[in-house]
Amino acid sequence: MADLDLNLEHRQQADVDKRPVAFRGAGFVAKPSARAGWTALIVAIGFWQLAGSSGWINPLFLPPPTAVVKSIYQLALNGALWQHLSSSIMRIGAGWLAGTVAGIAVGFAIGLSSLARGVGITFISALFPIPKIALLPLLILWLGIGEAPKIATIALGVFFSTAISVYSGVDSVPRNLIRMAQSFNVPFATIVRKVIWPGALPSILAGFRITASIALLLVVSAEMIGAQFGIGAFVLQAGNLMQTDQLLAGVVILSIFGLLIGHLLDWLEANLLHWR
Amino acid sequence: MDLIASNISHSFGTLDVLKDVSFRVRSGEVVAIVGPSGCGKSTLLSILGGLLQPNAGCAELAGEPPSGSLNPLTFVFQDFALLPWSTAEQNVEFPLLHTGLSNAERRAVVQDALRRTGLSDFANTYPKQLSGGMRQRVGIARALAVRPAILLMDEPLSALDSQTRELLMEDFIRLLADGSMGAAYVTHNLDEAVRLADRIVVLSRRPGRIREIVSVATPRDRRADADARARLAALQSELWSLIRDEAIDAEREVVHG
Repeated sequence: MADLDLNLEHRQQADVDKRPVAFRGAGFVAKPSARAGWTALIVAIGFWQLAGSSGWINPLFLPPPTAVVKSIYQLALNGALWQHLSSSIMRIGAGWLAGTVAGIAVGFAIGLSSLARGVGITFISALFPIPKIALLPLLILWLGIGEAPKIATIALGVFFSTAISVYSGVDSVPRNLIRMAQSFNVPFATIVRKVIWPGALPSILAGFRITASIALLLVVSAEMIGAQFGIGAFVLQAGNLMQTDQLLAGVVILSIFGLLIGHLLDWLEANLLHWR
Repeated sequence: MDLIASNISHSFGTLDVLKDVSFRVRSGEVVAIVGPSGCGKSTLLSILGGLLQPNAGCAELAGEPPSGSLNPLTFVFQDFALLPWSTAEQNVEFPLLHTGLSNAERRAVVQDALRRTGLSDFANTYPKQLSGGMRQRVGIARALAVRPAILLMDEPLSALDSQTRELLMEDFIRLLADGSMGAAYVTHNLDEAVRLADRIVVLSRRPGRIREIVSVATPRDRRADADARARLAALQSELWSLIRDEAIDAEREVVHG
């Protein structure tokens, strides 16, 4: 009884000193905030406009956003924008498609065949690090002056990254799913179509994101080296003539083009990988 | 149809895993395979199911599979092995795609398998939306869809919580009750072995040899009875005494190996 009283007294004494347990679990979880992103962008553009229109920065070096928008509007009106844009889109489209189709075929071969893996990985390891734009002069020599060398440069750049992402994707397909399919005597072609292709798709689509950037980079580089039309050629000409408003118009158009490709890939992922 | 393990030995590189293992799973019989960790239980099941070629000996089939069987030896996997991009219905349909069944026949088989496993209301759900127990039910429905002669079950309940294990064990008992299907059931859980099996193959520690084959005399449908429970508990103790020392050695080998 005395013990119980002692315990009670002890508890009452302790209760006088009650305090909440401090929360220590905050942080380390970054949450995306679209509003913060847009606000920061608008503030940055506003600051840029203010710097240009108040004369803090010489507009020859950095024209204000309104001048850039005006340039884009004029380019759209006189038709030059569509001429340059369509040339670039044609080159990107053809080069990306050719590189992607070849990359998927070779990537699957490397992922599924020991012989192809031995040969393919050796070649890819040797050739992948070469900056593809350095091959443009050689490709011009081989394919002549025209669209072919530019498209081939883009295709080469896209091919290697696609092949790597595809065979990495094939390698990452859980082996237990393949064994499951084999245990049901599912034919090879069906396993490739129903197990390996969808299993590798996340990696393939992640690869598309990289190859889209590579294609954009290479088309601009190739057009700067040898093209009359195209966003890269336009940006170079504007730079040579010190038409910085037009130069930035070209850069903004490239940025918008890149964003649109990104959104297209987001849409593809949302529709094809909804099961994740 | 019987499944026969004939003098099976296997090693991975210099690591001997199985040594001269022979036993038979008779038509409609459930044989549990137990033993210490790493004794080659799952390797043995892969060899029996034709997914791994043994270094010596072989797995053989004797007799004809039941009529209409599309895949006489069918696995139920520990990790369910469901296609995450396919719905429950599509997962069950997957092994039927190449069998030559018409669309209507396939649909009927799939609906029947889903019904037998209590999944009819979950046909259009993806694996990520299902609990572990329901995922394993999809795995079982997929196995039933091909009307197997023998189920090869590799620790099918070990990834599940105890309540779900109990519910699925009841399902297994029900599905195997009529003797139309046999099973080789790999488990480290002796309770599962004595509740489900007609015979229990006890393997030694690596390299796995057969230490003993124990028969469970009590009929499966009477094992829930009070008097049977005591007998099964005694049998479980007997099995544990066979395995215990080697299980300790195997555990130490894993820790210090």
